[in-house]
Amino acid sequence: MDFNTVLQILDSAVRLMTPLLLACLAGLYSERSGVFDIGLEGKMLMAAFTAASVAYATGSAWLGLLAGIGGSMAMSLIHGLASITFMGNQLISGVAINFLASGMTVLLGQKIFGLGGRTPSLQGAARFQEITLPLADTLGQVPVIGPIYAQLISGHSILVYVAFLAVPLTWWVLFRTRFGLRLRAVGENPASVDTAGVSVTRLRYAAIGICGVLTGIAGAYLATSLSAGFVKEMTAGRGFIALAALIFAKWRPWGALGATFLFGLLEAIANRYPNLDLGIVTVPSMFMNALPYILTVIILAGFVGRAIPPRAGGEPYVKER
Amino acid sequence: MDKMPKWADVILTPLISLVLAMAISALVILAIGESPAAALKTMVDGALGSSYGWGFTLYYTTNFIFTGLAVAVAYHARLFNIGGEGQAMMGGLGVALVLLSVPLPHWLLALPAAMIGAALFGAAWALIPAWLQAKRGSHIVITTIMFNFIAAALLNYVLVNILRPVGSMDPASARFPESTYLPALTDIAAAIGIQWGKNTPVNITFLIAILACLLVWLLIWRTRLGYEIRALGRSEPGALYAGISPVRIIVIAMLISGGLAGLMAINNVMGESERLVLNAVEGAGFIGIAVALMGRNHPFGVFLAALLFGFLYQGGGELALWTSIPRELIVVIQALVILFTGALDNMVRMPLERMFLALRKRRAA
Repeated sequence: MDFNTVLQILDSAVRLMTPLLLACLAGLYSERSGVFDIGLEGKMLMAAFTAASVAYATGSAWLGLLAGIGGSMAMSLIHGLASITFMGNQLISGVAINFLASGMTVLLGQKIFGLGGRTPSLQGAARFQEITLPLADTLGQVPVIGPIYAQLISGHSILVYVAFLAVPLTWWVLFRTRFGLRLRAVGENPASVDTAGVSVTRLRYAAIGICGVLTGIAGAYLATSLSAGFVKEMTAGRGFIALAALIFAKWRPWGALGATFLFGLLEAIANRYPNLDLGIVTVPSMFMNALPYILTVIILAGFVGRAIPPRAGGEPYVKER
Repeated sequence: MDKMPKWADVILTPLISLVLAMAISALVILAIGESPAAALKTMVDGALGSSYGWGFTLYYTTNFIFTGLAVAVAYHARLFNIGGEGQAMMGGLGVALVLLSVPLPHWLLALPAAMIGAALFGAAWALIPAWLQAKRGSHIVITTIMFNFIAAALLNYVLVNILRPVGSMDPASARFPESTYLPALTDIAAAIGIQWGKNTPVNITFLIAILACLLVWLLIWRTRLGYEIRALGRSEPGALYAGISPVRIIVIAMLISGGLAGLMAINNVMGESERLVLNAVEGAGFIGIAVALMGRNHPFGVFLAALLFGFLYQGGGELALWTSIPRELIVVIQALVILFTGALDNMVRMPLERMFLALRKRRAA
């Protein structure tokens, strides 16, 4: 395996990790505020559909992005209504959202485009194009660093850079702002936040709102950047891998970066080498695809560093009277 | 004092939730430019209008009874088992391994053997999440989701690399020996001189599913183990004081749950396809969640809800065939049922409770 192949695999890993990273950070806000979200998959799927539809109709990827955020935000609102306002079971609500998105996208897609749930393929400005960073061509001639800059760092769509910038931003918001402190507190001990005179409901709605924005970007990236249009069930379990990454990351932003990179890399390797020959054994692609899930179970089991979720996660907050 | 009479809690709230879910589904049908009344008529005609339709409806019902009971049993111990899909896949693998490796001369012998295989594999797939929840506190919802994906990958591997007959291209096992084919209900009806449900897949497993409902009812409300399961579900500290071991009950409840989900394979793998195919479960494991919620985790409720979903599933197929409404409408209805009966339960319950309290006050005054 030469240097160029390594670069190509890493490049593909960066592309594949982007939706995972965005969805993982989305889940991070939600779960840090004490609202479990297993509906990431559905939100991303809905966003991918609305983004692709609007991008096709208007020819603008940016309007598509907005529509994507709108689509996942609608799902987020349902989740908020069920789990915050009506104090319902957050897990059941998440399951419902996944099915709702899975069904509605096909139903609406068939009605609007009549292509069996697909949207027509997007071209030109309806997709986010790759950006060549300044000096990529000149620097590309420099050995080692040149190709890394020109191929790996440059040449992605803007949403990839947005995803990577969201990591330090999330860290700053969570650990350096008053909002972040309250958000974390509401996920650990909502009663104390309430006692301090801060609205638990408003904080949790803010958290799932941010979650909606980030899953919206993730879905829009899938449909208007990674692929050229929406296909039925196109998220293909990415929402659950993001959930796995969140546990892997122990609900921390920099951990999320590492975990999603690892899972993106696994997917990139599985794509490139369907049957990975390690000399002694041949690893089948099915194993590579299942590896994120297996690793997560091992982490959850607590044998390799224990993952402890926010303490109030999954519990609706009932204000005592 | 209860806020509501029991009948309102058990019948009225799920009924209102169901009506809400159906009303929104009707709006969805309107939104895509079709008539809800015509759609309902197509569904009723297709699913219940002939013995052919009933044959399919009851076949799907059988699947959903097993997965619904699986979710319900776990729920009594306050465990949310979303892993029915994976457990049913593994049950199918168990059935296939038994039927392909042990030569069994008659279906009467093959059925119990395959049932053991199905239940054991399903239970085994639930064991690790159960043990991790009981011993290490790993959240069972997350682990069972992960195990669904791992099961899919494992099944794919086994079918492609091990069970696929030489020279065959599709990822499916060889056909099971003919001696193990289960009698279809249509054959039984024909034997007593009635022509019913020709060419439909509903088979003797339907009767086993009804038996399973009865056994689960006995287990939950008439045995010591069932009492312990419910006690743990109500209050873990309470159960602990009563000398009930949470670890033991969590593991046992999940084993029963996984076993029930696995047993579904008798119907779809042994009874219908008569070989193991890749996507044999077709989401029935997830529909089990809706069925259990709708049926309030009571076996009789599960039976009724499974019948409803059997009707929706078969009716949805007919819709896709005769109208421009895609099959996915059923997924939307399923989502709405889960949403209203599960997550938005309080939205229906709170106004009802207020209404009953007001009524009672007026009567007292």
